[in-house]
Amino acid sequence: MKLSREEVARVAKLARLDLPEDKVELFSGQLHDILTYMDKLNEIDTSEIEPMYSPVEHCTVMRKDEVKKDHTRDEVLSNAPDTDGQYFVVPRIV
Amino acid sequence: MSRLYEKSLTEISELIASGEITVTDAVKSCLERIDSTEPAIEALLAQNRDEALKQAAEMDAQGPDKSKPLWGVPVIIKDVLATKNIKTTCGSKILEDFTPFYDATAITKLKEAGAIILAKANMDEFAMGSTTENSAYKTTRNPWNTDRVPGGSSGGSGATVAAGQAFAALGTDTGGSIRLPASFCGIVGVKPTYGRVSRYGMIAYGSSLDQIGPMTRTVEDSARILNVISGHDKRDSTSVECDVPDFVAELKKRTDLSGLTLGLPEEYWGEGLSEEVSEACKAAIKKAEELGAKTVPVKLSMTEYAIATYYIIAMAEASSNLSRFDGIRYGYRNKEADELIDLYTKSRTEAFGDEVQRRIIIGTYVLSAGYYDAYYKKAAQIRRILRQDFEKAFESCDLILGPACPTTAFPVGDFTSDPLQMYLMDIFTISLNLAGLPGMSLPVGLGKESGMPVGLQIMAPAFDESTMLQAANILEKNLPEMPMPEL
Repeated sequence: MKLSREEVARVAKLARLDLPEDKVELFSGQLHDILTYMDKLNEIDTSEIEPMYSPVEHCTVMRKDEVKKDHTRDEVLSNAPDTDGQYFVVPRIV
Repeated sequence: MSRLYEKSLTEISELIASGEITVTDAVKSCLERIDSTEPAIEALLAQNRDEALKQAAEMDAQGPDKSKPLWGVPVIIKDVLATKNIKTTCGSKILEDFTPFYDATAITKLKEAGAIILAKANMDEFAMGSTTENSAYKTTRNPWNTDRVPGGSSGGSGATVAAGQAFAALGTDTGGSIRLPASFCGIVGVKPTYGRVSRYGMIAYGSSLDQIGPMTRTVEDSARILNVISGHDKRDSTSVECDVPDFVAELKKRTDLSGLTLGLPEEYWGEGLSEEVSEACKAAIKKAEELGAKTVPVKLSMTEYAIATYYIIAMAEASSNLSRFDGIRYGYRNKEADELIDLYTKSRTEAFGDEVQRRIIIGTYVLSAGYYDAYYKKAAQIRRILRQDFEKAFESCDLILGPACPTTAFPVGDFTSDPLQMYLMDIFTISLNLAGLPGMSLPVGLGKESGMPVGLQIMAPAFDESTMLQAANILEKNLPEMPMPEL
């Protein structure tokens, strides 16, 4: 499957990446090769096969919904690029 | 006592426990070795020197604690695992200043067993790569020949152990990232069964594939680490509740390989396999036969589809896992962005490297509306056939043997412009991650042409690490001893 430059740019945007022109060009060639290689999976008929999404197929593990305080506010904020001491600070949204 | 760093983990543990040497002696020996070898191999990121020496002095004042199996043993950790108060970057610029305030479960367990963390090991950014050239910080070199790669993505962990900077390291294996560098660096690397070791605190790449495991210089050393880090953890919903054998005790139960049937998959011995790797692995298999093992051919007919299946699943999971890196709660943030989407986009674009961006884009593409069934669902279906392939093969044998990698370590820079060629190097290791089964690389000698280490891969049914380690232990004791590289 050929992946056009426009398509690479569109998917990059969805992934919150902004690629310069030369990288779009480079990636569209490389992604074309990679996806073409992946197309070999179509040689196999899988119509009767249940997908396996994880090697551990036990049921969803449930636990009681209990409020716990594992970490302090200071710890949680300690790696943030910007805070006011109480909250994470981000650019204005509205 | 000089050159303590040359001892195995088992030996150093016994020397410390008997009081012949102090914990400080062991730590200093490793730190000196780091100083003399690090300029050549560049295996490490953050070092924890002062804290390690302080901890050693405290432990020496207290005296050996025999209830702690790793008392005073210096270890090094792949930088993908959260370590409290030690910088954890995952080889990425986006986590340049990240210092976790908690430990990954595997780290908690190592500390509770008395291990001392000396440093964090370099790695491919977000564990994406087979060479450790994709780190945002430096390219680690192979201690056997510094013009060559150590393998990836746990290349820092592989190089540090091979060079004697520590007695063990933890690595992680998503598609072969423990076994490949172990093979390239001439050490033992074990990928446990998926679910055996908790992934809590590991920065996720492909969540249904990633597994933490030991990298050491002997099989028994790996068994000791595995004893400590295994077990159910309620903080990881994919961790499995099942008994953990005493892997060290299990090793002693077998003195030869009689009664064992070893499967040899024909798909692993064909085109693309280098002559020197083939020769060294076949010699080891011949040795296994002399030690009593029976060998049978087995079929793993889905092998040729494994790489395509793997990269669809791994990249899909990566694109999802890496969406948390948005510059808000931690990590790099662009300073100029004036609205939220712009902040996400600029931060991610500036701080993720090329390989990570490439995988995020493919992952986003294969998960997007219209392509999900054609790629991700299809790959998940083939994944099940692939596991059935293994289950069928294990009906006629106890273990499966093959090379860990088609070649020995290749020169730095060989694959940097051709990602697909690099992906193909994982052909022998990837299937096992898709199936969730345990596997390891055992050094079986040096390649005749390159003079670089060759790894034999030993694969086992789910949760049968014991048989795998037993066989490796017998082989290790009967093959010529692997020297340390001269550095």
